[in-house]
Amino acid sequence: MSNEVTNILISGVGGQGILLASEILSEVLMLAGFDVKKNEIHGMSQRGGSVVSHIRYGKKVYSSIIPEGQADVLLGFELLETYRYLPLVRQGGSVLANNLQIFPPPVTLGKESYPADIPAKIATAFPDCMLVDGLQLAIEAGNQRTVNIVLLGALSNRISIDDSCWQQTLRKMVPAKYSEENLKAFSLGRNL
Amino acid sequence: MERAILSGNEAIARGAYEAGVKVASAYPGTPSTEILENMVQYPSIDASWAPNEKVALEVGIGASFGGGRALVAMKHVGVNVAADPLFTLSYTGVKGGLVLITADDPELHSSQNEQDNRNYAKFAKIPMFEPADSQEALTFTRIAFETSEQFDTPVFLRTTTRISHSKSVVTLQNPVTDLPEPGLEKNPAKFVMLPSNARKRHPLVEERLAHLEEWACHQSFNRVEKAGGAIGVITSGVSYQYAREVLPDADILKLGMVYPLPKQMIRDFAANYDTLYVIEELDPFIEEQVRAMGIEVKGKDLFSICGELTPGRVAQSLTGEAESPYFSHSESLPGRPPSMCPGCPHRSVFHSLNRLQAFVTGDIGCYTLGFMEPLAAMDTCICMGASIGNATGLSKLLSSEQQRQVVAVIGDSTFLHTGINGLMDMVYNSASATVVILDNRITAMTGRQENPSSGYTLMGADSYRVDLEQLCRAVGVRHVQVVDPYQVAATRQVLKEEMERPEVSVVIARRACMLVKRDPVARKPAMTVDSERCNGCRACLKLGCPAIEWRTTAAGKGVAHINPLFCVGCGLCNQVCSVDAIGDIHE
Repeated sequence: MSNEVTNILISGVGGQGILLASEILSEVLMLAGFDVKKNEIHGMSQRGGSVVSHIRYGKKVYSSIIPEGQADVLLGFELLETYRYLPLVRQGGSVLANNLQIFPPPVTLGKESYPADIPAKIATAFPDCMLVDGLQLAIEAGNQRTVNIVLLGALSNRISIDDSCWQQTLRKMVPAKYSEENLKAFSLGRNL
Repeated sequence: MERAILSGNEAIARGAYEAGVKVASAYPGTPSTEILENMVQYPSIDASWAPNEKVALEVGIGASFGGGRALVAMKHVGVNVAADPLFTLSYTGVKGGLVLITADDPELHSSQNEQDNRNYAKFAKIPMFEPADSQEALTFTRIAFETSEQFDTPVFLRTTTRISHSKSVVTLQNPVTDLPEPGLEKNPAKFVMLPSNARKRHPLVEERLAHLEEWACHQSFNRVEKAGGAIGVITSGVSYQYAREVLPDADILKLGMVYPLPKQMIRDFAANYDTLYVIEELDPFIEEQVRAMGIEVKGKDLFSICGELTPGRVAQSLTGEAESPYFSHSESLPGRPPSMCPGCPHRSVFHSLNRLQAFVTGDIGCYTLGFMEPLAAMDTCICMGASIGNATGLSKLLSSEQQRQVVAVIGDSTFLHTGINGLMDMVYNSASATVVILDNRITAMTGRQENPSSGYTLMGADSYRVDLEQLCRAVGVRHVQVVDPYQVAATRQVLKEEMERPEVSVVIARRACMLVKRDPVARKPAMTVDSERCNGCRACLKLGCPAIEWRTTAAGKGVAHINPLFCVGCGLCNQVCSVDAIGDIHE
């Protein structure tokens, strides 16, 4: 079970904006007064590979890697990549999944098949789960590239951080000319 | 004081700025690349990309001898390239402080081996700091420069991937202001390392190590954290964090300097415990030295030499039992390996080399992914620049028939790094092989850094662009051809002709990386597949493009489908389709 440190895992596919989402989350948590550590692997993962980011916060955080099986929340940007990292989530943890499939090379080549019924499999093991139509909400916010911010909005309901910290950080970290659509994307996710 | 959340690499750049660094040089390499990229924001530092790590260190040495503080950064295998100047620099010592960052990669997240560069500290007799988080990365960088000048020595600062790429909270300080002005100083006895001078320097190096060892026993970067426990742990770097996580009740000797070890401090600490662990990643570097002091410890008999540690691996090694997760999969999942991007100019070259049944000696870059199915057109990969020498060696013992199959493939940046030497040898010693330079105008794998043939510097200034064709001709290559790899048939024809030629030839496949933002390649409309025409031959799938998917129609027919979200309209699939089923919807 989790101690006073809270563990959030974000997973997805290289190029989906996971890095920016995890950077914003870390800034928000620091602004809220926590010790924060964030870890992810860059490099090969940029090339469309599986990407996972660990964010841990509390009074004092040691390891930047979430101890195996202790993630409190998993935010998945893609269904297979959400499913892949479920073993890192603790019993009773929350799972938020973007309702999107991106076929990996073995599937596009027709050599393996994409696992069926992922949302149902998640829900069976983790009752506190939610499927988010990220792309649809991002388009509603006015920019289909704001899926990552929609998902952050959905995540914000699972952690109690003051709304002003989110607003302040979003304004600071997204380009000014996209500020309004990102704030709208965040609020659409937060109001789910 | 201002706080920020920085990665280890950002913190090192900040530490260099606060330490008053004047010159920084590096060759990009994961996980070290962002150190120099982050220097650009500090105008007081002259930061630049060198063509390789040896040059980077030599630039740093020059700046140090001129009295300025210099930082040089590289990944672990880069230190192999820079080792020649490094070992003699240990003898000369420094004038301005010189710090060499070695960013190691346990677990080989993005490397060809997982060598433990702490061994270089002992080998070259140079002190080494090892931070455990971003705050220490910043603070130790500052301390490393002071140590360098105080002890007249170059200093290593070693990170690992989990330190370089983890972010944590740091406190920022103002830069130092009282550093001496740089200038020329003649001191041949110190700076000219020929035998008579170097012989006198060696004893000074040994004395220096003895002084450092004694000094390190009284510095706050080496500290004991008491929890009143019955067991003791000696650890450093990221392993310290895992030890604290897994053994909250243990007493810990946390080393900030891993070479030379503070022996008296270790003796005093060890005397308190019946059970003493050394928790470290990779080699038993600390463990062997502690054992040599006659102190019994538990170390690599429990913890693996291979791969990185994690909290779970530390716990499992201590208890001997794996904790089973609450959820585990009951089916095997398709992997998601990295692949060349849609529109990558390298793709068609490997597609052709596969068809031409080439034996490809490969090199280090995005294009190393050319070894993967379905392109499957790379047969060796050793280190930066190795492809050309490997091809020469092969050609020396093969029949003329097999010689023609040998093709060395190397990127533009890798060619300038250490490939050019191999090409000189290939011509000079009359080998016969084809060399393909994949010139995508950038150092792509590490995240798109400039290089001497890209025409720009790290700081963004225009610069001379090395003329690769002229360079190849200058070393004696008589047949140099330039092709556009987006022209599939023409590229294959040139490759075929040059492979048949029984002498050295160079084919430069030139087209900018799709991800270069500076000269954006016009994205064309996505290709579409006419599923009536598609005969399901899968020829387009053999390109290994992430945008091309295999689908089954309602009628049960297998056809190709192009994902419009990924396709950039490069048109390779259109060119390899024999039934003309792929086209641009806007045509």
